[in-house]
Amino acid sequence: MIRVIKWNWQYYLMLLPCLIYYVIFKYGTMYGVIIAFKDYNVKKGILASPWADPLLKHFQYFFSSPYASVVIGNTLKISFLKIIFGMIPPVILAILISECGNKWFRKIVQTASYLPHFLSWVIIYGIMIAFFSQSTGLINRWLTEMGFSSYPFLTDPAHFQAMIVGTDVWKGVGWSAIIYLAAIAGIDTTLYEAGIIDGCSKLKRIWYITLPLLRGTFILQLILRTGSVMDAGFDQIYVIATSQVLSVSEILDTWVFKEGIQRMNYSLASAVGLLKSVISLILVFGTNKLARKWDEGLW
Amino acid sequence: MVRKMKSDRALNLFIYVILSLVFVICVFPLLYVVSVSLTPISEVHKNGGFLVIPREITLDAYKMIIEQRMIPQAMKITIFITVAGTIINIIATVVMAYPLSKRNLAGRKYLIPFVIFPMIFNGGTIPAYLLIKNLNMIGTYWALLIPGAIWIYNLLVVKAFFENLPEELFESARIDGASEFCVLHKIAVPLSKPVIMTMVLFYAVGHWETYFDSIMYLPDQKMQTLQVVLRRMLTPNVDLNADITIPTMTLQMAMVVFSTIPIVVIYPFIQKYFTQGIMLGAVKG
Repeated sequence: MIRVIKWNWQYYLMLLPCLIYYVIFKYGTMYGVIIAFKDYNVKKGILASPWADPLLKHFQYFFSSPYASVVIGNTLKISFLKIIFGMIPPVILAILISECGNKWFRKIVQTASYLPHFLSWVIIYGIMIAFFSQSTGLINRWLTEMGFSSYPFLTDPAHFQAMIVGTDVWKGVGWSAIIYLAAIAGIDTTLYEAGIIDGCSKLKRIWYITLPLLRGTFILQLILRTGSVMDAGFDQIYVIATSQVLSVSEILDTWVFKEGIQRMNYSLASAVGLLKSVISLILVFGTNKLARKWDEGLW
Repeated sequence: MVRKMKSDRALNLFIYVILSLVFVICVFPLLYVVSVSLTPISEVHKNGGFLVIPREITLDAYKMIIEQRMIPQAMKITIFITVAGTIINIIATVVMAYPLSKRNLAGRKYLIPFVIFPMIFNGGTIPAYLLIKNLNMIGTYWALLIPGAIWIYNLLVVKAFFENLPEELFESARIDGASEFCVLHKIAVPLSKPVIMTMVLFYAVGHWETYFDSIMYLPDQKMQTLQVVLRRMLTPNVDLNADITIPTMTLQMAMVVFSTIPIVVIYPFIQKYFTQGIMLGAVKG
C-alpha cells in the first residue's frame, strides 16, 4: 500500500507541469468564451467588459446578417462534397494495392501515394498555379493549343469548390488508404483460400469477401468525418481562395478569423466560433453514439 | 477453369493500369514543378509540358532565391520552430502520457475525461488569440511553441501504447530501486521507439506546415514562417524581381521546390514509420 502511494506521488510530479499547461492553454480558452455574451472591450479585459444586451445580441446579429446563410452553406457544402468524393477512392486504392501481385511495384505506388499528404497547402497552391494559372498554366496551355480559349480556373467562383474538393482528394487518398490496407491485412486468409477452392474469380473474392469485411472500417471513417463537418479546412481555403471567389469560399473558420483578428470584432467572432464548437460537440457525441451501434465507438 | 484465369488476367492488367495512373497523378505534378523551375518556360511548353528531364537547365532562379535571402531566412526560422517545437512536444506528450497510462494512478477516473474533453470542445479561435495576447506572447515564437505543446490525439495514442507494455518489465526495475522517472527514461521510452518516432513525424510535419498560428501570432512579417512567406510570394502579380529577367513562374516554382527539399530529404527515412503510425492511431484511446 505504501508503495502504491509512493508511485502516485511520482506520477503526480510528472503530471503537474502538464496539468498546469492544460488548465492554462486548453481550459483557459474555454473561459474566454464568455466574451461571446459580452461587449468585449480590449482595455477593460474579459471580466470587466459589460454583458451584451440582450445576452444573445451577437448571435442574433450574425443570424440576421446576410453572411450567415452564405458562410454556413459554404461550410456544409464543401464538407459534404469532400466526404462524398473523398470516401470511396481510398477504399478502391487500398483494394487495388493489396491485390497487386508485384511487391516491388506495390511498394512504389504506395510510397508515391503518401507523398501529397506531406505537402503543405501552400506548396499545393504553388502546384495549382503551375497547372491552372490562366496565363502560364499547363492545362490552359493545352486548352489553347487545342483551339479552346484559356480559362481562369483559380479565380472562377463556378469551379472553386470543385478545385477545393479535388485537391483535398488528391492530398488525402493515399494516406486514407492506409487504414483500409491495414484492415485488409487483418482479414483471415483462409476465407480467400476457401473462395479459390470454390472457384471464385479475383473479382468475386473482392466483391464477396474484401468489401463486406471493410464495411465496418468504412462506416467508422464516414461517421468520424461527419462529426467534423463544421471544419471545412481553414488552411486549404485560406491559402487557395482569392477575393474573386469569396462568395463560394468563405467558411465559418475563415469568417471568424477575418471578423475577429482582422476587423477586431472579438465578441461577434467569438459568438460564431462558439456556435461552431457547440454544433461540433453535438455532432461528435451523436456520431459516436451511432458508431457504437456498429461497435466501433471512439470511447 | 480456363475462363477464370482469363478474367483474373484482365483484372490484373486493370490493376496495373490504374495503379500506374495513381503513381503518375501523385508524382507528375511535382516533377513538372521541378522542371519549370529549372527550364525557361518556353522550353517547357514546346514539349507540351511533358518535360520530366529538362534539357536546358538553368539554376538562375535558385541563385536568386538564395541571394534574395527572404526564403532562406524564413526557412531558418521554420527549421528552428520545427526542431524546438518537436522536442517540446515529445517531452510533454511522453511525460504526460506515462502516468496517465498507469491503472493504479489515483484519480485516473477523473483525469482521463479532463484530458479528453478539450479535444471535442474548444473555445475557438478568438478566445485562444486573446489568451495568447493576455500572456504577452504575441510576436514571440513562444506563441508557436507552447500553446500547441500537446496534441490530445497524439497523447492518447502514446498512452495507449504505454498501456500495452508489460508491467513486469517496469516492476523489476522498481525492485532495483529505480524511480518512476528512471523507469520512464530507461525502459518505457526505449521500448516505445516506433510510437515516439511516429509522433516526431506528426509533430514535425505540423510545425513545418504551420500557417495559421504564424499569421495569427506573428504580426511582424520578418518573423513569419516559411509557408506564410511562400504564400505571399505566390500571390499573382507579386513584384518578385524588378531588375532581373527570370520569369515570375520560374521563380515561383523554384521557391516551391526549394521549400519542399527538406521534406523530400527526410521522407525516405521516416517512410517506414507511416503505416505503423496510422495503425497506432486506429487503436482506441
